[in-house]
Amino acid sequence: MKQKFQMMDATSRDDFMTYAGLVLAYVIVSVLAATGALNSQMKGLLVPLCVYAIMAISLNLVVGILGELSIGHAGFMCVGAFASAFFSKVTVGGMPDLLRFIIAILIGGVVAGIFGFLIGIPVLRLRGDYLAIVTLAFGEIIKNIINVLYIGRDKAGYHFSVTSANDLGMDLANGEIIVNGPQGITGTPKSATFTIAFVVLMISLIVVLNLIHSRDGRAIMSVRDNAIAAESVGINITKYKLIAFTISAVIAGFAGAIYAHNLATLIATPARFGYNMSIMFLVFVVLGGIGNTRGSIIAAVALTLIPEVLRFMSNYRMLIYSIVLIVIMLINWSPEVKGLLDKYVYSRIPFLHKFKAKEGK
Amino acid sequence: MNMALLEINNLGIQFGGLRAVDDFKLTIEKGDLYGLIGPNGAGKTTVFNLLTGEYKPNEGIIRLDGVDITGKRPIDINKAGIARTFQNIRLFKKLSVLDNVKVGLHNRYHYSTAVSILRLPKYYQVEKEMNERARELLEVFGLWKDAESTLASNLPYGQQRKLEIARALATDPKLLLLDEPAAGMNPNETQELMDTIKFIQKKFDMTILLIEHDMKLVSGICEKLTVLNFGRILTQGDTKTVLANPEVIKAYLGDD
Repeated sequence: MKQKFQMMDATSRDDFMTYAGLVLAYVIVSVLAATGALNSQMKGLLVPLCVYAIMAISLNLVVGILGELSIGHAGFMCVGAFASAFFSKVTVGGMPDLLRFIIAILIGGVVAGIFGFLIGIPVLRLRGDYLAIVTLAFGEIIKNIINVLYIGRDKAGYHFSVTSANDLGMDLANGEIIVNGPQGITGTPKSATFTIAFVVLMISLIVVLNLIHSRDGRAIMSVRDNAIAAESVGINITKYKLIAFTISAVIAGFAGAIYAHNLATLIATPARFGYNMSIMFLVFVVLGGIGNTRGSIIAAVALTLIPEVLRFMSNYRMLIYSIVLIVIMLINWSPEVKGLLDKYVYSRIPFLHKFKAKEGK
Repeated sequence: MNMALLEINNLGIQFGGLRAVDDFKLTIEKGDLYGLIGPNGAGKTTVFNLLTGEYKPNEGIIRLDGVDITGKRPIDINKAGIARTFQNIRLFKKLSVLDNVKVGLHNRYHYSTAVSILRLPKYYQVEKEMNERARELLEVFGLWKDAESTLASNLPYGQQRKLEIARALATDPKLLLLDEPAAGMNPNETQELMDTIKFIQKKFDMTILLIEHDMKLVSGICEKLTVLNFGRILTQGDTKTVLANPEVIKAYLGDD
């Protein structure tokens, strides 16, 4: 085992450390939860933490690896959430709970992926910040569409309306309304557990890291670094942009599916799927160090925990939150602060040597 | 009669009211080391951009190895066999030196996205072949040391130019276009570069077309020259004859 570890190249070793760190965190948290050391508030946070970490991985693929800006990623999460919740609601009782949930997650991913692909086809052919504008609009539009969507089911089959539940024209006594406009989907089975969410997080991470260190991943990053040069060596820019964006949307769909199965009522509110959420995901990616997948996950976990842990400080917690944001930003981006850290911290503690800035950087 | 590797006839492009390149002709035989020179703004880089599909010509025809490639997309032209470097270096800065070359190898080695995500045996096998090929190329330019851990942006300037050539060669081209390879180099570096270019010509049996301002380099290695001035050909032929032409001297140094 040790020999094999030494044989791996530097990047594989780095990936392995990320996986190992996450598994370790999972085991520790599971033990804490089992022994009752976590209060119920913390336990309730476990699934959302995984969801946000998955979103950070997903968005990092677009922003950090592909070099395009998406500021509507909550929209893909929203699509995945509603598609999977719809499926679960329709099939509940019809098959084993776990199997149904797995299929629901896959459906969430596929539907979000289709949206990502369709948006990507026209937009990713352009060069410039068009993706940011279009994803921003998509995130807002999809929320509003879902809020006027009514779908019901009775013996005669499915009914569909975009005005009100009464216009469904269905037998309300013997059927049920599945998607009820602004009231969303109620009664989705709460199948999401910390373990399943963690497994999906690991799968997303493995998919993205394996993609990055492959032929396709290099092509994607070459487009980010210099599109003209990439074209000159025969890289099909649009194709690789589409691959990265679609995979990112699929992963966001997974996150949405888990999110939906952790709620009693799924409503497309701005607080859950709005612009602010998309920006929050972007903050995870930026603070994690753009393009650094492990960093995005850490930032997602840290920034979700801080406001909750500091809840006892009431109004001061947002103040501390912003100070933490500024400090992380300085550590990540300011050359002066980096220089100081190099001099006084990284070079004195052997374990941190690898964080030292490379010469000539 | 042998068919020329590159045949350009009557090539022209117009930007608004400016005739950037007009009635451009060029024939390059296989194995040639050909120079394209001319004063600033003469249209040299525009010719390169026309050749590589960056610009679409208004008229004229470009044939590579007998195949018409006029107006094709850059990626198709690269696949047809033309690779280039850029006047202002365009490396993949945040990728390692090794990965820069491996991007160049992209269309020579294949495995699917699914194979890369699932890390099937084919992934390891093809990656190994790519690493070996990349190593061969990088060793030619003396860039193999630390190629995996060094970012392209951290290389010294002269080596960045070499890496760009290595990346272009990785696409296995029939014709290599070098856009001012010696720009910004000191005389020592230029001399070293001249040796490298000659070495590439022999080792890879490569046909090379280069743009250059450095007359020492041009007269030192180019066998034939074309001189451009105001988008038109001033003269064409053997290096010695061309450089002795009073018209050429006038174009470079001005009247009197």
